[in-house]
Amino acid sequence: MDDAKTFEQFKECAVKVLGVSPDKVVMEANFAEDLEADSLDIVELVMELEDSFSIKVEESELENVNTVGAAYELVKGKLA
Amino acid sequence: MNMYGSKVVGWGAALPDEVVTNKDFEARLETNDAWITERTGIKERRMGGTTSSLAVEAAQKALANAGLQPSDIGLLVLSTTTPEQTVPATSGTIQAQLGLTCGAFDINAACAGFVYGLVVGHSMIATGTERVLVIGSDTLSKITDQQDRSTAVLFADGAGAVILERTAPEDNAVLGWDLGVDGSLVPILYCDHGGYLKMEGREVFKRAVLAMVSSAKTAMERAGVTADDIALVVPHQANIRIIEAANNRLGLSMEKTAIVLDTTGNTSSGSVPLALSAAVEKGMVNPGEYILFSGFGAGMTWASAVVRWGK
Repeated sequence: MDDAKTFEQFKECAVKVLGVSPDKVVMEANFAEDLEADSLDIVELVMELEDSFSIKVEESELENVNTVGAAYELVKGKLA
Repeated sequence: MNMYGSKVVGWGAALPDEVVTNKDFEARLETNDAWITERTGIKERRMGGTTSSLAVEAAQKALANAGLQPSDIGLLVLSTTTPEQTVPATSGTIQAQLGLTCGAFDINAACAGFVYGLVVGHSMIATGTERVLVIGSDTLSKITDQQDRSTAVLFADGAGAVILERTAPEDNAVLGWDLGVDGSLVPILYCDHGGYLKMEGREVFKRAVLAMVSSAKTAMERAGVTADDIALVVPHQANIRIIEAANNRLGLSMEKTAIVLDTTGNTSSGSVPLALSAAVEKGMVNPGEYILFSGFGAGMTWASAVVRWGK
Protein backbone atom coordinates (compact mmCIF):
# COMPACT_ATOMS: atom_id res chain seq x y z
CA MET A 1 0.00 0.00 0.00
CA ASP A 2 1.44 3.41 -0.85
CA ASP A 3 2.08 6.01 1.79
CA ALA A 4 -0.64 8.44 0.73
CA LYS A 5 -3.28 5.73 0.73
CA THR A 6 -2.16 4.46 4.14
CA PHE A 7 -2.33 7.94 5.62
CA GLU A 8 -5.77 8.47 4.08
CA GLN A 9 -6.95 5.31 5.88
CA PHE A 10 -5.32 6.51 9.11
CA LYS A 11 -7.02 9.87 8.72
CA GLU A 12 -10.44 8.27 8.22
CA CYS A 13 -10.02 6.43 11.53
CA ALA A 14 -9.00 9.62 13.35
CA VAL A 15 -11.89 11.63 11.88
CA LYS A 16 -14.37 8.91 12.82
CA VAL A 17 -13.19 8.38 16.40
CA LEU A 18 -12.11 11.89 17.38
CA GLY A 19 -14.85 13.74 15.52
CA VAL A 20 -12.42 16.28 14.03
CA SER A 21 -12.39 17.70 10.50
CA PRO A 22 -10.03 15.87 8.10
CA ASP A 23 -7.86 18.94 7.47
CA LYS A 24 -6.86 18.97 11.16
CA VAL A 25 -5.35 15.48 10.95
CA VAL A 26 -1.83 16.44 9.90
CA MET A 27 1.52 14.95 10.93
CA GLU A 28 2.43 17.70 13.37
CA ALA A 29 -0.99 17.80 15.09
CA ASN A 30 -0.74 17.12 18.83
CA PHE A 31 -3.56 14.87 20.05
CA ALA A 32 -4.17 16.75 23.29
CA GLU A 33 -3.61 20.32 22.14
CA ASP A 34 -4.75 20.35 18.50
CA LEU A 35 -7.31 17.54 18.39
CA GLU A 36 -8.63 17.81 21.96
CA ALA A 37 -8.17 14.07 22.41
CA ASP A 38 -7.66 12.67 25.91
CA SER A 39 -6.09 9.34 26.90
CA LEU A 40 -9.34 7.41 26.40
CA ASP A 41 -9.82 8.93 22.94
CA ILE A 42 -6.36 7.63 22.07
CA VAL A 43 -7.34 4.15 23.27
CA GLU A 44 -10.42 4.29 21.06
CA LEU A 45 -8.37 5.50 18.12
CA VAL A 46 -5.95 2.61 18.62
CA MET A 47 -8.86 0.16 18.66
CA GLU A 48 -10.15 1.62 15.40
CA LEU A 49 -6.68 1.47 13.82
CA GLU A 50 -6.25 -2.13 14.97
CA ASP A 51 -9.48 -3.08 13.24
CA SER A 52 -8.87 -1.03 10.13
CA PHE A 53 -5.28 -2.16 9.52
CA SER A 54 -5.56 -5.63 11.13
CA ILE A 55 -2.67 -4.86 13.47
CA LYS A 56 -2.10 -5.14 17.22
CA VAL A 57 -0.79 -2.26 19.33
CA GLU A 58 0.37 -2.86 22.90
CA GLU A 59 -0.29 -0.32 25.63
CA SER A 60 3.48 0.05 26.21
CA GLU A 61 3.97 1.19 22.62
CA LEU A 62 1.81 4.25 23.22
CA GLU A 63 4.30 5.91 25.56
CA ASN A 64 5.40 9.21 24.04
CA VAL A 65 2.94 8.93 21.17
CA ASN A 66 1.60 12.48 21.36
CA THR A 67 1.23 13.49 17.73
CA VAL A 68 -0.51 12.22 14.62
CA GLY A 69 2.93 11.73 13.05
CA ALA A 70 4.14 9.49 15.88
CA ALA A 71 0.95 7.41 15.81
CA TYR A 72 1.11 7.11 12.05
CA GLU A 73 4.73 5.94 12.16
CA LEU A 74 3.74 3.32 14.75
CA VAL A 75 1.02 2.00 12.46
CA LYS A 76 3.22 2.09 9.37
CA GLY A 77 5.96 0.17 11.18
CA LYS A 78 3.47 -2.65 11.78
CA LEU A 79 2.50 -2.91 8.14
CA ALA A 80 6.02 -3.50 6.90
CA MET B 1 -36.46 -27.37 26.62
CA ASN B 2 -36.02 -26.83 30.36
CA MET B 3 -38.66 -28.06 32.77
CA TYR B 4 -39.27 -24.48 33.86
CA GLY B 5 -38.59 -20.93 32.81
CA SER B 6 -38.08 -17.87 34.99
CA LYS B 7 -39.04 -14.21 35.05
CA VAL B 8 -38.26 -11.16 37.17
CA VAL B 9 -41.06 -10.42 39.65
CA GLY B 10 -39.41 -7.93 41.99
CA TRP B 11 -36.51 -5.51 42.18
CA GLY B 12 -34.98 -3.02 44.59
CA ALA B 13 -31.82 -1.02 45.23
CA ALA B 14 -29.99 0.61 48.12
CA LEU B 15 -27.32 3.30 48.45
CA PRO B 16 -25.53 4.57 51.54
CA ASP B 17 -26.39 8.07 52.77
CA GLU B 18 -23.03 9.80 52.47
CA VAL B 19 -22.61 11.64 49.16
CA VAL B 20 -19.02 12.27 48.01
CA THR B 21 -18.82 14.77 45.13
CA ASN B 22 -16.01 15.44 42.69
CA LYS B 23 -15.53 18.74 44.53
CA ASP B 24 -14.85 16.80 47.72
CA PHE B 25 -11.97 15.02 45.95
CA GLU B 26 -10.69 18.34 44.58
CA ALA B 27 -10.17 19.44 48.15
CA ARG B 28 -7.86 16.54 49.06
CA LEU B 29 -6.41 15.10 45.83
CA GLU B 30 -4.76 16.61 42.79
CA THR B 31 -7.78 16.23 40.53
CA ASN B 32 -10.77 18.27 39.43
CA ASP B 33 -14.43 17.97 38.60
CA ALA B 34 -13.97 18.62 34.86
CA TRP B 35 -11.27 15.93 34.50
CA ILE B 36 -13.31 13.31 36.38
CA THR B 37 -16.54 14.15 34.57
CA GLU B 38 -14.99 14.11 31.09
CA ARG B 39 -13.19 10.82 31.53
CA THR B 40 -15.72 8.91 33.58
CA GLY B 41 -19.13 10.62 33.58
CA ILE B 42 -19.14 10.38 37.39
CA LYS B 43 -20.26 13.52 39.31
CA GLU B 44 -20.83 12.04 42.73
CA ARG B 45 -20.94 8.68 44.45
CA ARG B 46 -22.14 7.17 47.75
CA MET B 47 -19.94 5.70 50.44
CA GLY B 48 -20.81 3.86 53.62
CA GLY B 49 -22.78 0.93 54.97
CA THR B 50 -21.66 -2.66 54.71
CA THR B 51 -22.02 -5.26 51.98
CA SER B 52 -24.69 -7.03 54.07
CA SER B 53 -26.57 -3.92 55.25
CA LEU B 54 -26.93 -2.58 51.69
CA ALA B 55 -27.87 -6.04 50.43
CA VAL B 56 -30.56 -6.46 53.10
CA GLU B 57 -32.09 -3.06 52.30
CA ALA B 58 -32.15 -3.77 48.55
CA ALA B 59 -33.59 -7.25 49.10
CA GLN B 60 -36.33 -5.98 51.42
CA LYS B 61 -37.37 -3.50 48.73
CA ALA B 62 -37.40 -6.29 46.15
CA LEU B 63 -39.55 -8.48 48.41
CA ALA B 64 -42.00 -5.62 48.98
CA ASN B 65 -42.00 -4.82 45.27
CA ALA B 66 -42.87 -8.45 44.46
CA GLY B 67 -45.41 -8.70 47.30
CA LEU B 68 -43.55 -11.69 48.74
CA GLN B 69 -42.55 -12.87 52.22
CA PRO B 70 -39.08 -14.18 53.19
CA SER B 71 -40.55 -17.67 53.39
CA ASP B 72 -41.41 -17.49 49.68
CA ILE B 73 -37.72 -17.42 48.69
CA GLY B 74 -36.14 -20.77 47.78
CA LEU B 75 -32.53 -19.67 47.32
CA LEU B 76 -30.33 -16.62 47.88
CA VAL B 77 -27.47 -15.88 45.50
CA LEU B 78 -25.22 -13.00 46.53
CA SER B 79 -22.81 -11.51 44.04
CA THR B 80 -20.05 -9.63 45.81
CA THR B 81 -16.36 -8.93 45.46
CA THR B 82 -16.23 -7.33 48.92
CA PRO B 83 -17.39 -10.09 51.31
CA GLU B 84 -17.30 -9.12 54.98
CA GLN B 85 -15.11 -12.03 56.01
CA THR B 86 -13.02 -14.65 54.25
CA VAL B 87 -15.15 -17.25 56.03
CA PRO B 88 -18.10 -17.56 56.13
CA ALA B 89 -19.85 -16.25 53.02
CA THR B 90 -21.65 -12.92 53.47
CA SER B 91 -24.84 -14.41 52.00
CA GLY B 92 -25.33 -16.24 55.31
CA THR B 93 -25.43 -12.99 57.28
CA ILE B 94 -27.92 -11.58 54.78
CA GLN B 95 -30.04 -14.74 54.85
CA ALA B 96 -30.35 -14.47 58.64
CA GLN B 97 -31.09 -10.74 58.66
CA LEU B 98 -33.80 -11.13 56.02
CA GLY B 99 -35.36 -14.02 57.94
CA LEU B 100 -34.94 -16.42 55.04
CA THR B 101 -34.88 -20.17 55.64
CA CYS B 102 -33.40 -21.16 52.29
CA GLY B 103 -29.88 -21.98 51.13
CA ALA B 104 -27.50 -19.17 50.28
CA PHE B 105 -24.09 -18.73 48.72
CA ASP B 106 -21.75 -16.04 47.40
CA ILE B 107 -20.40 -15.78 43.90
CA ASN B 108 -17.54 -13.54 42.85
CA ALA B 109 -17.24 -12.56 39.22
CA ALA B 110 -16.29 -8.97 40.09
CA CYS B 111 -18.31 -6.32 38.26
CA ALA B 112 -19.87 -8.93 35.96
CA GLY B 113 -21.11 -10.78 39.04
CA PHE B 114 -24.71 -9.65 39.13
CA VAL B 115 -25.36 -10.94 35.60
CA TYR B 116 -23.59 -14.17 36.53
CA GLY B 117 -25.94 -14.36 39.53
CA LEU B 118 -28.97 -13.77 37.35
CA VAL B 119 -27.99 -16.67 35.10
CA VAL B 120 -27.24 -18.92 38.10
CA GLY B 121 -30.64 -18.01 39.58
CA HIS B 122 -32.38 -18.79 36.32
CA SER B 123 -30.59 -22.12 36.11
CA MET B 124 -31.59 -23.10 39.65
CA ILE B 125 -35.20 -22.33 38.76
CA ALA B 126 -34.93 -24.36 35.58
CA THR B 127 -34.14 -27.37 37.77
CA GLY B 128 -36.98 -26.82 40.21
CA THR B 129 -36.40 -24.00 42.71
CA GLU B 130 -39.50 -21.82 42.89
CA ARG B 131 -37.99 -18.40 43.58
CA VAL B 132 -34.42 -17.12 43.74
CA LEU B 133 -33.35 -13.84 45.30
CA VAL B 134 -30.33 -12.51 43.41
CA ILE B 135 -28.47 -9.70 45.15
CA GLY B 136 -25.51 -7.69 43.95
CA SER B 137 -23.84 -5.75 46.76
CA ASP B 138 -20.42 -4.19 47.06
CA THR B 139 -18.58 -1.71 49.23
CA LEU B 140 -15.63 -0.97 46.96
CA SER B 141 -14.71 2.14 48.96
CA LYS B 142 -13.33 -0.26 51.60
CA ILE B 143 -10.78 -1.73 49.15
CA THR B 144 -9.94 1.56 47.45
CA ASP B 145 -6.99 3.77 48.39
CA GLN B 146 -8.74 7.09 49.03
CA GLN B 147 -5.42 8.87 48.43
CA ASP B 148 -4.99 7.42 44.92
CA ARG B 149 -6.61 9.85 42.50
CA SER B 150 -6.72 7.26 39.69
CA THR B 151 -9.04 4.92 41.58
CA ALA B 152 -10.57 6.88 44.50
CA VAL B 153 -12.92 8.83 42.24
CA LEU B 154 -14.23 5.70 40.52
CA PHE B 155 -15.17 3.11 43.13
CA ALA B 156 -18.08 3.37 45.54
CA ASP B 157 -20.76 1.48 47.43
CA GLY B 158 -24.24 0.24 46.54
CA ALA B 159 -26.54 -2.74 46.12
CA GLY B 160 -29.48 -4.01 44.13
CA ALA B 161 -31.61 -7.12 44.03
CA VAL B 162 -34.07 -8.94 41.84
CA ILE B 163 -36.37 -11.87 42.52
CA LEU B 164 -36.73 -14.54 39.85
CA GLU B 165 -39.84 -16.71 39.86
CA ARG B 166 -40.63 -20.01 38.16
CA THR B 167 -42.81 -19.94 35.03
CA ALA B 168 -44.03 -22.45 32.50
CA PRO B 169 -41.29 -23.07 29.90
CA GLU B 170 -43.20 -21.15 27.22
CA ASP B 171 -43.33 -18.05 29.47
CA ASN B 172 -39.60 -18.07 30.17
CA ALA B 173 -38.19 -14.54 30.17
CA VAL B 174 -34.44 -15.20 30.56
CA LEU B 175 -33.80 -15.80 26.89
CA GLY B 176 -30.11 -15.91 26.18
CA TRP B 177 -26.83 -15.24 27.92
CA ASP B 178 -23.09 -15.38 27.69
CA LEU B 179 -20.65 -15.76 30.59
CA GLY B 180 -16.90 -15.56 30.25
CA VAL B 181 -13.54 -14.83 31.77
CA ASP B 182 -10.01 -14.33 30.45
CA GLY B 183 -7.83 -15.22 33.41
CA SER B 184 -4.68 -14.06 31.65
CA LEU B 185 -5.86 -10.49 32.32
CA VAL B 186 -5.71 -10.67 36.14
CA PRO B 187 -2.76 -8.21 36.26
CA ILE B 188 -4.74 -5.31 34.74
CA LEU B 189 -7.29 -5.12 37.57
CA TYR B 190 -6.93 -6.82 40.94
CA CYS B 191 -6.91 -6.40 44.71
CA ASP B 192 -4.75 -8.52 47.00
CA HIS B 193 -5.98 -9.64 50.45
CA GLY B 194 -5.78 -6.64 52.73
CA GLY B 195 -4.73 -4.37 49.86
CA TYR B 196 -6.29 -1.83 47.53
CA LEU B 197 -7.63 -2.09 43.99
CA LYS B 198 -4.94 -1.72 41.33
CA MET B 199 -5.96 -0.92 37.80
CA GLU B 200 -4.36 -0.23 34.43
CA GLY B 201 -7.10 2.11 33.31
CA ARG B 202 -6.49 2.34 29.58
CA GLU B 203 -5.99 -1.39 29.13
CA VAL B 204 -9.14 -2.10 31.17
CA PHE B 205 -11.05 0.44 29.06
CA LYS B 206 -10.06 -1.30 25.84
CA ARG B 207 -10.69 -4.82 27.09
CA ALA B 208 -14.01 -3.78 28.63
CA VAL B 209 -15.32 -2.36 25.38
CA LEU B 210 -14.26 -5.43 23.39
CA ALA B 211 -15.67 -7.82 26.00
CA MET B 212 -18.99 -5.99 26.26
CA VAL B 213 -19.47 -5.89 22.50
CA SER B 214 -18.66 -9.52 21.90
CA SER B 215 -20.59 -10.78 24.93
CA ALA B 216 -23.69 -8.68 24.20
CA LYS B 217 -23.70 -9.90 20.60
CA THR B 218 -23.49 -13.53 21.72
CA ALA B 219 -26.31 -13.11 24.26
CA MET B 220 -28.54 -11.41 21.69
CA GLU B 221 -27.84 -14.12 19.10
CA ARG B 222 -28.68 -16.85 21.60
CA ALA B 223 -31.88 -15.03 22.54
CA GLY B 224 -32.79 -14.63 18.86
CA VAL B 225 -32.98 -10.83 19.01
CA THR B 226 -31.06 -7.96 17.42
CA ALA B 227 -29.98 -4.57 18.75
CA ASP B 228 -33.14 -3.05 17.24
CA ASP B 229 -35.29 -5.33 19.42
CA ILE B 230 -33.68 -4.13 22.66
CA ALA B 231 -35.82 -1.55 24.48
CA LEU B 232 -33.48 -1.03 27.42
CA VAL B 233 -29.74 -1.57 27.86
CA VAL B 234 -28.54 -2.03 31.43
CA PRO B 235 -24.74 -2.00 31.31
CA HIS B 236 -22.28 -2.19 34.17
CA GLN B 237 -21.84 1.36 35.45
CA ALA B 238 -18.07 1.85 35.40
CA ASN B 239 -17.47 4.63 32.95
CA ILE B 240 -19.78 6.48 30.55
CA ARG B 241 -17.08 6.40 27.88
CA ILE B 242 -16.93 2.59 27.94
CA ILE B 243 -20.70 2.43 27.62
CA GLU B 244 -20.73 4.93 24.73
CA ALA B 245 -17.93 3.11 22.90
CA ALA B 246 -19.63 -0.28 23.30
CA ASN B 247 -23.06 1.08 22.34
CA ASN B 248 -21.61 2.65 19.18
CA ARG B 249 -20.22 -0.66 18.08
CA LEU B 250 -23.41 -2.53 18.96
CA GLY B 251 -25.77 -0.05 17.30
CA LEU B 252 -27.49 0.76 20.61
CA SER B 253 -28.49 4.32 21.47
CA MET B 254 -27.68 6.09 24.72
CA GLU B 255 -31.37 7.15 24.94
CA LYS B 256 -32.37 3.58 25.70
CA THR B 257 -29.46 2.96 28.07
CA ALA B 258 -29.85 3.01 31.85
CA ILE B 259 -27.28 5.33 33.44
CA VAL B 260 -26.82 5.92 37.16
CA LEU B 261 -23.03 6.14 37.35
CA ASP B 262 -23.19 9.95 37.39
CA THR B 263 -24.57 9.70 40.93
CA THR B 264 -23.32 6.26 42.05
CA GLY B 265 -19.83 5.77 40.61
CA ASN B 266 -18.76 2.16 40.05
CA THR B 267 -20.48 -0.04 42.62
CA SER B 268 -19.35 -3.36 41.07
CA SER B 269 -22.04 -6.00 41.72
CA GLY B 270 -24.49 -3.30 42.78
CA SER B 271 -24.31 -1.34 39.54
CA VAL B 272 -26.50 -3.35 37.17
CA PRO B 273 -29.46 -3.81 39.55
CA LEU B 274 -29.13 -0.17 40.68
CA ALA B 275 -29.34 0.94 37.05
CA LEU B 276 -32.24 -1.45 36.39
CA SER B 277 -34.27 -0.12 39.32
CA ALA B 278 -33.69 3.49 38.26
CA ALA B 279 -34.66 2.75 34.64
CA VAL B 280 -37.83 0.94 35.67
CA GLU B 281 -38.79 3.84 37.93
CA LYS B 282 -38.30 6.22 35.01
CA GLY B 283 -40.57 4.06 32.85
CA MET B 284 -37.82 3.23 30.35
CA VAL B 285 -39.13 -0.31 29.77
CA ASN B 286 -42.61 -1.80 29.35
CA PRO B 287 -43.85 -5.34 29.93
CA GLY B 288 -43.03 -7.58 26.99
CA GLU B 289 -40.02 -5.53 25.91
CA TYR B 290 -36.44 -6.83 25.88
CA ILE B 291 -33.67 -5.78 28.25
CA LEU B 292 -29.99 -6.36 27.51
CA PHE B 293 -27.87 -6.71 30.66
CA SER B 294 -24.13 -6.48 30.19
CA GLY B 295 -21.25 -6.46 32.66
CA PHE B 296 -17.48 -6.76 32.70
CA GLY B 297 -14.95 -6.69 35.48
CA ALA B 298 -11.75 -7.90 37.09
CA GLY B 299 -10.72 -11.34 35.97
CA MET B 300 -11.42 -10.17 33.35
CA THR B 301 -14.94 -11.42 33.53
CA TRP B 302 -17.87 -10.57 31.32
CA ALA B 303 -21.53 -11.49 31.32
CA SER B 304 -24.54 -10.54 29.23
CA ALA B 305 -28.16 -11.63 29.28
CA VAL B 306 -31.33 -10.80 27.38
CA VAL B 307 -34.47 -10.77 29.52
CA ARG B 308 -38.08 -10.13 28.54
CA TRP B 309 -39.47 -7.64 31.03
CA GLY B 310 -42.73 -8.03 32.93
CA LYS B 311 -44.07 -9.73 36.01
